[in-house]
Amino acid sequence: MNIARHWRERTTRYRLEGQRHRHTGEVRFPSQPPTLDEDPNDWEPYQLSGRGEIYSFSVIRQVPSGYESLGIYPVALVRLEEGPMVTAQLTDCDEADLTIGMPVEMVTRRLMDTGEDGVLVYGYKFRPCIR
Amino acid sequence: MTNVYIAGMGATAVGEHYGRDLADLASEAARAAFASAPGLAPHQIGALYVGSAYSEELYGQGQLGAYLASMLGLSPSIPAFRIEAAGASSAMALSQAVQAVQHGLPLALVIGVEKVTDHLEDVIEAAQAMAADSNEEALHGITLTAQWAMLMRRYMHEYGYTADAFAPFPINAHANGAKNPLALYRFTIDANKYRKAAMVASPLNLLDCSTLADGAAALLIAGEQLARELDGPRIRIAGAAVATDTPALHRRRNPLELSAARASAHIALGRAHLGVGDVHVWELTDPHGIAATLALEAIGCYEPGTAPRHAAEGAITPTGKTPIATAGGYKARGDVGGASGVYQIIELARQLSGTAGATQVSNARVGLAQSLGGIGATAVSHVLIREA
Repeated sequence: MNIARHWRERTTRYRLEGQRHRHTGEVRFPSQPPTLDEDPNDWEPYQLSGRGEIYSFSVIRQVPSGYESLGIYPVALVRLEEGPMVTAQLTDCDEADLTIGMPVEMVTRRLMDTGEDGVLVYGYKFRPCIR
Repeated sequence: MTNVYIAGMGATAVGEHYGRDLADLASEAARAAFASAPGLAPHQIGALYVGSAYSEELYGQGQLGAYLASMLGLSPSIPAFRIEAAGASSAMALSQAVQAVQHGLPLALVIGVEKVTDHLEDVIEAAQAMAADSNEEALHGITLTAQWAMLMRRYMHEYGYTADAFAPFPINAHANGAKNPLALYRFTIDANKYRKAAMVASPLNLLDCSTLADGAAALLIAGEQLARELDGPRIRIAGAAVATDTPALHRRRNPLELSAARASAHIALGRAHLGVGDVHVWELTDPHGIAATLALEAIGCYEPGTAPRHAAEGAITPTGKTPIATAGGYKARGDVGGASGVYQIIELARQLSGTAGATQVSNARVGLAQSLGGIGATAVSHVLIREA
């Protein structure tokens, strides 16, 4: 069931919370432990805007186990406006409408199906900007 | 440090071996390796190195070192290791054996083995996705195929290609695989067939996607003293190098740059005192045309954005400037997961020995095999030289 595993990722998945460097302003997403040459106090939590653009995308027709209920689904590398890139599914769109460079925004959706007794795993996906 | 040589080699056919288990495949490969080296006997082996990516997830067996040492009759005293680095597992196992032999171990046995076809496609896709970042990528339903597909689309966007530009890679792989009795797919394809193939993960279609299959391959790795007692051409492993990059594709500065592929090839060539231009034949991790493209450009064979053009002009065929996939590559020989690295070395050794048959590269004396784990998060390169 992995309840704790999904729960501890909640700020990343629900709020798109990453890290910002207190001095340089560099933004990292998702958060990670400080690398060995970094001072842990230099990084503070930082909520990203959720806006970005498509760096590249694909539509998966050969689906891994656990994702069958999604049918065929699009995935993308999204360049967020704060700088980091993120891997996520796209939603609320047709394949024919997708292009590299298209502006997208974060939404919260169910990510995967863990079966009858499993937890509902929610997290970020991206859709074409509606504003 | 002593010089290191390939003293024996053997492999099973790549395929759907429904009637055979993992130990059975490994045993056939190891026996074939000894059959190719009449001067050597199993009791001379000082250590066993096993490379496998999926033995736990798709076969349910841990401790593959002890397990196979026992099945092969090498126990109870032999040290045996299992090494995992996704698709680069057995190449990594070889690199560890090379280090041991360099430092005095007389003879090592290296086995790459995968037994995956007991499962349907969806389970195999999920197992392969474990090479990616579990939280940041696999959880989002990503597959390795989709990651290569995204790189392909971006490459097409940046350099102005259509998907058709990648057809020469699988066409070459199948042309060569058709002549390899151990290959998974022994038929040719053409550009028309490629164009009509169904999508797997757009823009990658079925004829530009490798198939994961069962197989085992084995190498006997000997130090100079032992190798000098043996007959036949001497194939020296003149350089080996491992490099790494972030498994999460989105954490890379430029995802189209396979930086570990570049580093491992250059370090291995440097250790062999050779340059890129000295290599006559290549084995790359080429499950898709885009993978071969990015590897050729990372290594420095071609400028970024130009490899598909060179491929269209025949550069990757056995008579071209940079022959690849002479035994069929991942696409036609078959993707043997973590065992692929040993299959690559065996093909280069055949090429350098002049015994590669219909796909022989003429006068090949230097070869480079590069094996990637995931999308090049691990890259292992070996430089092979035929000694006069």
